[in-house]
Amino acid sequence: MNIALDLHIHSALSPCGDNSMTPNNIVNMASLKGLDAIAVTDHNSSENVEAVIKLGLKKGIVVIPGMEVQSREEVHLLCYFAYLERLLDFQQRIYQNLDGENRPDFFGRQLIMDESDRLTGHNSRLLIGSVRLSVEQIVTLVNERGGRVVPAHVDKKTNSIISNLGFIPPDLDIKSVEVSRNKDVRQLLIQHSLLTKYRIIHSSDAHRLEDILEREFFMEVPDTSVSGIIEQL
Amino acid sequence: MDVRQLCHSLKLEPVAGANGMDKEVNGAFAGDLLSYIMANAAKGNVWLTIQAHSNIVAVACLLELACIIVTGGVQVDSDTLEKADREGIPILSADQDVYTLCCKLHGLGI
Repeated sequence: MNIALDLHIHSALSPCGDNSMTPNNIVNMASLKGLDAIAVTDHNSSENVEAVIKLGLKKGIVVIPGMEVQSREEVHLLCYFAYLERLLDFQQRIYQNLDGENRPDFFGRQLIMDESDRLTGHNSRLLIGSVRLSVEQIVTLVNERGGRVVPAHVDKKTNSIISNLGFIPPDLDIKSVEVSRNKDVRQLLIQHSLLTKYRIIHSSDAHRLEDILEREFFMEVPDTSVSGIIEQL
Repeated sequence: MDVRQLCHSLKLEPVAGANGMDKEVNGAFAGDLLSYIMANAAKGNVWLTIQAHSNIVAVACLLELACIIVTGGVQVDSDTLEKADREGIPILSADQDVYTLCCKLHGLGI
């Protein structure tokens, strides 16, 4: 079956995420837009994912547990897991390798919320920073937990694996890359012919509600289970 | 000046790629975005960076750079060192920051 997805959405937990990006607002907006599956991928943290999963269940939207990690090389990697527990276990490893304290006046309050959008806490870590792990180490940690890594916005000039590392290391154990929503993929493939071996995923990287994708990026999946979708990434 | 003389002048030891010490140095380039380096650095340059990923060796090979100085005391990944040995790209590890080293290079007439 063919489903519409947006697998790169930031909640109010992310340093640059709008405070209106609450679990309910995200899931309701995804529902209004008619999406079948979403992922909330906050920077170096996933503390709002559980609330989004619970709301997704009510609204009939599949929620893939995820996080956007910033590697030591300042490369952004989308990390997806079939189970929330695996993601939370991975989060522990990320926190162990993340230094610094948030400056709310610069990076926002990094809000943690429950499924009623009640504020349950703030994340005081410097989520905008880089973890002390290389791209390869992060891919290994995710793969060991049965997850999948998708390098984010590979067409961008900052925080992309291509801009920061020049090219994708050929033996990196990944199958897909994310390309920004409006990018001309044909042009990109001419520029970077090595990309042809990867599946191209389009997502919004939404930090505001209105930026969440419409039904515009589709994937053929065997079923709508989380693991069914993960296997395609 | 070759990389061996450069090492001597900067009081740095190569941590890998010691078989490429005869390369001639003709200028320097500093930066950490590898895509930018690929587009702008020139053959024979010394490259100063804080990136330690093994892709730095591939970029240095591609552009025929003289050597790489990994600055700021950043630990170089072991697979980067192995690759540098294989390719004969000297990697110098320096505790000083990029600015300090660039000033020294300038003092050496590079």
